[in-house]
Amino acid sequence: MPDNQSHILDQNAGFGETEPPIKVAARDVCVAYDGKQALNHVSIDIPDRSVTAFIGPSGCGKSTFLRCLNRMNDTIEGARVTGSLKIDGAEVNDKSIDPVVLRASVGMVFQKPNPFPKSIYDNVAYGPRIHGLALSRNDLDGIVESSLKKAGLWEEVADRLNDPGTSLSGGQQQRLVIARAIAINPEVILMDEPCSALDPIATAKIEELIDELRENYCIIIVTHSMQQAARVSQRTAFFHMGTLVEFGRTEDIFTNPRDPRTQDYITGRFG
Amino acid sequence: MTDTSDTTSIRDAVSRQLPRRYRAELRFRAAGLAAVASAVGILVILLISILSQGLPAFTVNQLVLPVHLDRSVVDPEGDASEASLRRGAYSRVLQDAIRAEFPEVTARRDLRNLFGLYTPLNATRLMDDVLADPSLVGETYTFRMPIADDLDLYLKGRLVEDRTLATSGLLTISADGDALALNSSAPDFASLVEDAVATMRAEATALDARAERARNLAAELEGSDAEDALYEAERLSAQAQALREELAENDGRIELNRDLPTILVELSGVAVRLTALDANGRSASGEAMLGDAADISGAADWTLYVIDTPESRRRVSDQAIVWTRALEARGLVRTDFNTYLFSNADSREPELAGVKGALFGSILTMLIVICLSVPVGVFTAIYLEEYAPKNRLTDLIEVNINNLAAVPSIVFGLLGLAVFINAFGLPRSAPLVGGLVLSLMTLPTVIIASRAALKAVPQSIRQAALAVGASKTQSVFHHVLPLAAPGILTGSIIGLAQALGETAPLLMIGMVAFIADAPTLGLEGLTQPATVMPVQVFLWSDGAERAFEARTAAAILVLLALMIGFNALAIYLRRRFERRW
Amino acid sequence: MALSKTAHIVTAYGEELDQLADELARMGGMVETQLETALAAIVRRDASLVAGVREREKQVNAMQDDVEKRVLRLFALRQPLATDLRMTISALKIASDLERVGDLAKNIAYRAEDLAEYAPLSLLDQVERLGAIVVKQLHEVLDALSSADVEPAIRVWRTDDEVDERYNALVRQMLMSMTEDPGQVEPGVHILFVAKNLERIGDHATNVAEAVHFMVTAGPLEADDAKS
Repeated sequence: MPDNQSHILDQNAGFGETEPPIKVAARDVCVAYDGKQALNHVSIDIPDRSVTAFIGPSGCGKSTFLRCLNRMNDTIEGARVTGSLKIDGAEVNDKSIDPVVLRASVGMVFQKPNPFPKSIYDNVAYGPRIHGLALSRNDLDGIVESSLKKAGLWEEVADRLNDPGTSLSGGQQQRLVIARAIAINPEVILMDEPCSALDPIATAKIEELIDELRENYCIIIVTHSMQQAARVSQRTAFFHMGTLVEFGRTEDIFTNPRDPRTQDYITGRFG
Repeated sequence: MTDTSDTTSIRDAVSRQLPRRYRAELRFRAAGLAAVASAVGILVILLISILSQGLPAFTVNQLVLPVHLDRSVVDPEGDASEASLRRGAYSRVLQDAIRAEFPEVTARRDLRNLFGLYTPLNATRLMDDVLADPSLVGETYTFRMPIADDLDLYLKGRLVEDRTLATSGLLTISADGDALALNSSAPDFASLVEDAVATMRAEATALDARAERARNLAAELEGSDAEDALYEAERLSAQAQALREELAENDGRIELNRDLPTILVELSGVAVRLTALDANGRSASGEAMLGDAADISGAADWTLYVIDTPESRRRVSDQAIVWTRALEARGLVRTDFNTYLFSNADSREPELAGVKGALFGSILTMLIVICLSVPVGVFTAIYLEEYAPKNRLTDLIEVNINNLAAVPSIVFGLLGLAVFINAFGLPRSAPLVGGLVLSLMTLPTVIIASRAALKAVPQSIRQAALAVGASKTQSVFHHVLPLAAPGILTGSIIGLAQALGETAPLLMIGMVAFIADAPTLGLEGLTQPATVMPVQVFLWSDGAERAFEARTAAAILVLLALMIGFNALAIYLRRRFERRW
Repeated sequence: MALSKTAHIVTAYGEELDQLADELARMGGMVETQLETALAAIVRRDASLVAGVREREKQVNAMQDDVEKRVLRLFALRQPLATDLRMTISALKIASDLERVGDLAKNIAYRAEDLAEYAPLSLLDQVERLGAIVVKQLHEVLDALSSADVEPAIRVWRTDDEVDERYNALVRQMLMSMTEDPGQVEPGVHILFVAKNLERIGDHATNVAEAVHFMVTAGPLEADDAKS
């Protein structure tokens, strides 16, 4: 297994000098739920200011790994995470790092749009409020507006900020959730199948948004749609049975995967 | 080809089954409808019966008497001080007032009956009025007091069977020794004679039948039993014979007694009770019940008032009825809304008994329950649902909570008696103890309902909150709890409503006592003896006086109104806080 | 053409890919026969074979259309990825190369009609040898295609130089004999055309070899590959 991992890291090294710096560095990350191994010695270097897609069959560990990055696994009873996981060189699993602080810098967007049952404004303002990011009402208004603009939702909701967030359409809700995530100005945005509940047009809007956001954030997206991974990501990692099988540039993965397992998964040949 | 033939055969098979399926569905729907209809029907019947029984209790017939508050009587010290006013002889004031209405009543026995028109407890009420306004002393004051409970029922037409007969003849009354002789120019008494004869004949026949049965029984029995039966038969036969002889005697003149309907002749200010009817239907004997009847001739404006329920079979005497009717005729009886029902606590006298004490007791008890079981229950639920590690201990606690919800409520009463009263020395019959016991009983319900409500909050909301960096507690209190609030409220209010209607555990801690004073609505009221609504219902349903029947139903109505209020509040709060997600 | 050992989960998709490969193989076989027949017509000076070649050419054109339609369909409906993507893309390229080969074979056959009017030329055996090499190239590359094997493809790619050399030699000799004997100019030109077409077919075979190499390895066929 370690041989395999070094091979994967080598692939990363070959990206060339124009590549952005490494944002997330994982070494031998293992996760077990109640003693059952869900993730095996995953080592990966995820670059900043780009979109990295995690693909793989259900239960392959991609979401589990994603949840390691903002320590959402802490909320699951019986979950045990080992190994080293660094964001900007700081150890995520360190006892001195409070998950609340971590999650303020690692935003997350979920599969099902989950706006709070509050107004659109309050949804976006919630994060800045609890973290005390806004000193005045004006500050907060500014944060809300800029977040909604970044999420491409401002035009659609500017005149109804007090409507409940749940009154929006699915795609709008998902963009609202993204606005909520970027309102606290995170460094990494995790997306767990953000478009699986959306229609193609809403999906396209989200993908366009992801593409815009990649200029400022390190985005990691878990997706079941190979086409989506191909469309939005610059790098793709293929997980299988709790291991990272292959990680490389998206176009390489989709035209010439090295590993036969990747090959079979991508071409739809999985047994 | 085989395919199509297969399809048709499948279709045939399906369509063969179809009518049966539809019939089954129809049967099920009919059964469901029937169940709903019968439930609604039973509910309606219940409500109608309670309403018809309870509604009369919401009105009360009051005597409106001008009472003269003679200074020497109500203010024995003459200094108008409270102490002096408290020593006043208010009973005498009331007695004087009623005697003024019926000056002809002088005999001690009659007077006692006259004072029975109201309960002496009204003297205390009069004293309270005077104490509240001492300037009344020396004045004549119009005092309202509820008429005695049986007479109240009589006035509401719920005590006796009665009818009024019109007359056509001119009535002449003359003294005939001690008695009065009544003569009418028309056979106005004829129908009464027939009725009386028919009643007596029927009675004689009934006696004969019983005698016959006794004889048959004697034939089957042996020894002393047979002798006893035979003796009984002889006695019954003799009675029947005596009745028949009585009918035959005196040229058909019928003596009226306490076992026959009472017949009153009424004309303005005068009432005469008939003691005998002549067979001719024109003349009768009677005794004066009210006013001077000794010398009346040719009066046209008179009526016959018949009380078909014999005096021996009712709780009010003819005399009391005559007085009541006279007072009513003089406009001294008023039908009012029964404020005593709400302004008074319990009383031995139904006309003065009210639910105030029980209502206040219930409110105080519920206050304790709300303050204890809701916060404790909700926070327990939050801890168990959101924070507690999932291990054996938590499982054990969960199982125990679920079991507690199924414990019979009387057990909680025993616990309250043992712990709160015996061990902690808290006062008996106090809303505090009642509230504590009911809180214990309500807690599992609140916890279970709250947990269910918390469980129903989608996990995605918790994740959303955590993902933007909220702490666990922030996510629970900012997002989960508001979403679960409607469910928690509903569950809590259902639990409270349950506690509100609970009797059994309160019996154990002495809240079943007769308490004539309502507890004060405040902190001190918590330790004053009190009772609660359902216990009041229980107590009144046991009351000896018939008037308590109506009060029981009325108290049930008040309790129901309270429950409906509670549920309406639950629905309102649910609507108010309900949010979609 | 089986690049993966496991079958597709969607059977119809797998079948469509297989059908595409089959069509391509049949097209290759057709073109091969065409070329052989055309060469036989030249070598045996038998103009009667020309009609058959022309007939096959039409069929090959139709097959190329068919392959293009299949590829289009696969792109639109199945969005092939990785090996499937490379295989479909290569199929498109190979089909167009094969169609060109068919065209050129037809042209060769036409020359047989003209050459039949002249006395046999001494250089004909050299043409025959060149033709044999090109036929072998075509055969090998089609083998490589059907077996998804890069080895024969690399071999074909390498033989392309030999074809060029032989063609150049033939041109030189033909020019010499034409200057010596002007009577040979007319049939010589025909022979030159035939040789030129054979050389072009060799180029197309090389193209197919490159496509097969890309299909299997995803990389370009380069000099260092050839040396290994």
